[in-house]
Amino acid sequence: MKASAAAAGTIILSSVTRPFSMLLIASDPPPEEGPWWGIGIDITKCIGCGLCARGCKMENSVPDEPFYFRTWVEQYTILNNGEVKIESPNGGIDGFTQSVPDEEIFKTFFVPKMCNHCEKSPCTQVCPVGATYESPEGISLVDQTYCIGCGYCVQACPYGCRYLHPEKKVVDKCTLCYHRLEKGLVPVCMEVCPSKARIYGNLKDRDSELVQFLREHDYQVLKPHLNTGSKLFYNALTAEVS
Amino acid sequence: MPSQLKRLIPLFILFIGLFLVIRHFLIPESFGQYGHYRGNSLQENASRETVYADKEDCYACHDDILEKLNNEMHAGLSCLICHGPGQTHVDDPQLGNINKESGREFCGRCHDINAARSIDVVFQVDIKTHHTEKTNCIECHNPHDLWEGME
Repeated sequence: MKASAAAAGTIILSSVTRPFSMLLIASDPPPEEGPWWGIGIDITKCIGCGLCARGCKMENSVPDEPFYFRTWVEQYTILNNGEVKIESPNGGIDGFTQSVPDEEIFKTFFVPKMCNHCEKSPCTQVCPVGATYESPEGISLVDQTYCIGCGYCVQACPYGCRYLHPEKKVVDKCTLCYHRLEKGLVPVCMEVCPSKARIYGNLKDRDSELVQFLREHDYQVLKPHLNTGSKLFYNALTAEVS
Repeated sequence: MPSQLKRLIPLFILFIGLFLVIRHFLIPESFGQYGHYRGNSLQENASRETVYADKEDCYACHDDILEKLNNEMHAGLSCLICHGPGQTHVDDPQLGNINKESGREFCGRCHDINAARSIDVVFQVDIKTHHTEKTNCIECHNPHDLWEGME
């Protein structure tokens, strides 16, 4: 009698808590089937044309003001005196012009930034209503009809990849062009990248472009100490970049 | 069991029942289908219209340009890089509303000299001093056939 009551109780309890299982388990393992998307960015190849940031704004109708971005480009300049200068005029959508004379530069490079599509996303864990989530393909998405615009996820993202949309009053972020991926097209920032510095691929597929990129380069993720399970891998990332 | 507790039991059952009923109506359809979110949201995200065309659609009509381009330094570059989104042009080619970038500013995005740009990746000139007697790059360089008509 007691055992059957306990079993029944467990079943009822689990049926009630099932939609909340994400709270109990911080990250679900990738599903067996379907792709598991990741991103690769080669800093040595990026030429800072900013077409990715410009294209992204057009494809996803991101507001034009220079503080709303789904992706943007930063120029890091390490001066001879050790000082690090980080520039991102307009997020790079108008391209870059060199602001420091050659003689003062120790090293300089461009770093494109975008959503890391983390496996253990800090942003999706804090959403109070379940309006942001990781899709079965490993893409962090926002349900804009359900979002209440509280902005917790904007604060939680350690990479600053989310923003509050000024007209829709909800959170907006990189979807890795989910609407294009599902149609078999390439995400816009990768489509318009002239130097193929940005690539995406299926991490489960050993022959994919991305896995090949990971095999051949010394890759690194941003802020690895936060254990976010970032799926955006950089080649030639240096310690100055955060 | 004390009688006052016995009287509370139906009250408890009522409240729990009420909670479950209210919860049932508050949780949207398809919530929890895949996880702690609305399953339909996946289709909503996927069904958005594209603004940037499929480059295969460009090749369907402009295969002559593709062939020219592929014998060039610019080989492998997507049409969308210079010509912009183009989905409206694919939907109605008569509109012809694609970008035809020609100037120093646009070409300079990639080709202006900058210490952060690897010389192995892209050929660079100083756009401020390079042939200042000409205004636009395309006066000399055809982007589809760079050295056309040059020595």
